[in-house]
Amino acid sequence: MLEVKEIWKVFNAGTVNEKQALRGVSLTLKDGDFCTVIGGNGAGKSTLLNAVAGTWAVDGGSISIGGVDVTHLPDHKRAPYIGRVFQDPMLGTAPTMQILENLALAARRGQRRGLRWGVTKAEKEQYQEMLKNLDLGLEDRLTSKVGLLSGGQRQALTLLMASLKKPKLLLLDEHTAALDPKTAAKVLELSDRIVAESHLTTMMVTHNMKDAIQHGNRLIMMYDGKIVIDVSGEEKKKLTVPQLLELFSKVSGSDEADDKLLLS
Amino acid sequence: MLSFLNALPGAMSQGLIWGIMAIGVYITYKILGIADLTVDGSFCTGGAVFVMLFSGGANVWAAMLAALLAGMLAGLVTGLLNTQCGIPAILAGILTQLGLYSVNMAVMDFKASVAINVTQADTLEKLLVSLRFVQGAIRGDFPLWRHPILVVGLFTVGLIALLYGFFGTELGCALRATGSNGSMARAQGIDTDFCKVLGLMISNGLVALSGALLCQYNGANEINVGRGAIVIGLAAVIIGQVLFSKLFHNFALKLLAVAIGAILYYIVIQAVLAVGLNPNYLKLLSALVVAVFLSLPYWKGKYFHAKVKTGGASHA
Ligand SMILES: Nc1ncnc2c1ncn2[C@@H]1O[C@H](COP(=O)(O)OP(=O)(O)OP(=O)(O)O)[C@@H](O)[C@H]1O
Ligand SMILES: [Mg+2]
Repeated sequence: MLEVKEIWKVFNAGTVNEKQALRGVSLTLKDGDFCTVIGGNGAGKSTLLNAVAGTWAVDGGSISIGGVDVTHLPDHKRAPYIGRVFQDPMLGTAPTMQILENLALAARRGQRRGLRWGVTKAEKEQYQEMLKNLDLGLEDRLTSKVGLLSGGQRQALTLLMASLKKPKLLLLDEHTAALDPKTAAKVLELSDRIVAESHLTTMMVTHNMKDAIQHGNRLIMMYDGKIVIDVSGEEKKKLTVPQLLELFSKVSGSDEADDKLLLS
Repeated sequence: MLSFLNALPGAMSQGLIWGIMAIGVYITYKILGIADLTVDGSFCTGGAVFVMLFSGGANVWAAMLAALLAGMLAGLVTGLLNTQCGIPAILAGILTQLGLYSVNMAVMDFKASVAINVTQADTLEKLLVSLRFVQGAIRGDFPLWRHPILVVGLFTVGLIALLYGFFGTELGCALRATGSNGSMARAQGIDTDFCKVLGLMISNGLVALSGALLCQYNGANEINVGRGAIVIGLAAVIIGQVLFSKLFHNFALKLLAVAIGAILYYIVIQAVLAVGLNPNYLKLLSALVVAVFLSLPYWKGKYFHAKVKTGGASHA
C-alpha cells in the first residue's frame, strides 16, 4: 500500500543550520498494516510523515501509495489517498467554519470542487448520525463553529474527517499529545475503532512506548533520520517496554538521555 | 444642518457604490485573511475601462462587464505574484497597484481625468447611475426608479445574493477553508494557491465594478479616484462588524452589514464636512478611524489578559 524507497531530506542545506532529517529511509506497508512510529525528539518521525503527505518535496528517493508514484505530487494532489490528523488540534480543522461544513469539506477530499452545493441536506442527517456514534455531544452542535470546540473534540472530529472518505493511508502524528490523559485515551480508542472498522493502512507516531506496543501490528523506531528498529507480527506482540529500551540503546549506542525522552 | 440633510441622499448613494468595493475588500480581508492593496489601483482601472468604452459607444452593461474583467485581471496578477513568485501578499498588492497607475493612465489616453458627456440628454439617459438622478428622480425630471439609492441598492442586493450562493458551493467552501486554515484545506485536497488567486480575482472584479459605477455617478474618472480605497473598504468592513456582529450571523447579512458600513461611513464624512472640516483632512480622519477600530480587538485582548492575571493572584 505504501512504498517508501531510500528517501532523503535535508533542511537548510548549505547553512550552519543544515540538518539531515531523513537519511535514506525505506519502508513498505502492506494493505491494512497499522504501524506505530517511535523515536526521540528530532529523530525524524514528523519529517517522515510530512514526506509521505507531500508537505514539501523530498531530496531523493521515491514514494508510492497504492501503486501510484506520488513523489512529485504536491500535498493537495496526494490528498485523495491520505487522511491526516496533526499533533496540533488547531491544524486539522477550519475554525471559522461549522462542524457540518468541515465534515462536508472532508467528504469531498480529493474530488473536483465545482458549483454544486457545498453541503447537501442528506449529508446533514448522515453526519448527525455519525457524530451521535462518536458520543462527544456534538450531534446537536452541527452548526457550531469548530473554533468553539475543545482540543479533544477537535481531534476526534479531525479523525472522523480523515476517515469519512476512506483513505488508502491514515497518518496520525502524535495526535493525542496535546490532550489530557483521559481525552487522549478516548481519542486513541476511537482511532483504533475507525482503523479497524474501515480496515485502514495506518502510521501512528507516538511518544508513549506502551501505546506503540499495544496498538497496531508493526512498530518502527527512528533515530537520527533512520529507521533503526522494525518489528512486526508475533515478535511485536511479545515485545515489552524494557526490551524495547534495551534494543534502542543497542542500536543508538546511548543509554540514558534518549531513554528518558522516550519514556516521557 | 439643512445642507447636510440635502447632501444625505447623495452621501447614501456614494456609500452604496463604495459598499460594493467594500464587499470586495471583505472577501480578501475577512475570508482569505489577506490585506490586498491592489484595490487602490483596480478601483480606478474599473472606472478607466468603463469611461473609455462607454465614451467609445459601448453599451453600458458591456462596459461594466469589461470593467469587471479588467479588475479580475488585476487580481490575477497579484495572485500570481503571491502564489507563483512567493512575494508576500501585501507587497504583491503594492506592486500591482503601482503598476496599475501606468496602466490606468494608458487606458485613459494619458489624461488625468476623462469625463462622460452628461450634458447630452441621450448619453445621460444611458447611464445606470448619475449624480444628476439624485435630485432629478425626486423633482420628476427622471422616473423615480432611477434614483441611485434604489438602483445601486438593488444592484448590491443582487450581488450579495450571487456571492451568498457562490460561497455555499463546493468551490466557495474551498475558498473559505483556504482562508480559515491552509493546512487543513490542503489536507482535504484543496489547491490553496488556486483558491487565493480566485478570491483575489473575485474581489478585484467587484472593486473595479464599483469603480465603474462611481465613474458613472461622478460623470468622470480621475486617475487618483482609488487612492486610499483600501482604507475606506476596511472602514466599512469594520463599522459593519462592530455594529452588526451580534445581530447578523448569516453570511448574506454580514455582507449587507459591510454595505451598510460603507453608507454610514459616507454619512459620517458628510456630517464632518457639514461641520466645516477642510476636505483635505478627510484621509487623515479615515486613517485614524480605521487605526482605532483595528486596535480595539488587540486592546481588548490585553485588557482581558490583565484581568485573568489579577484574578489568579487573588486566589493564590
Ligand atoms: N521545516 C523544517 N525546517 C528546518 N528543520 C526542520 C524542519 N522540520 C524538521 N526539522 C528538523 O529535522 C529534524 C527532525 O524533525 P522531526 O520534526 O521530524 O522530529 P520528530 O521525530 O517528529 O520529533 P518530535 O518527537 O519532537 O516531534 C529536527 O532536527 C528538526 O529540527
Ligand atoms: Mg514530531
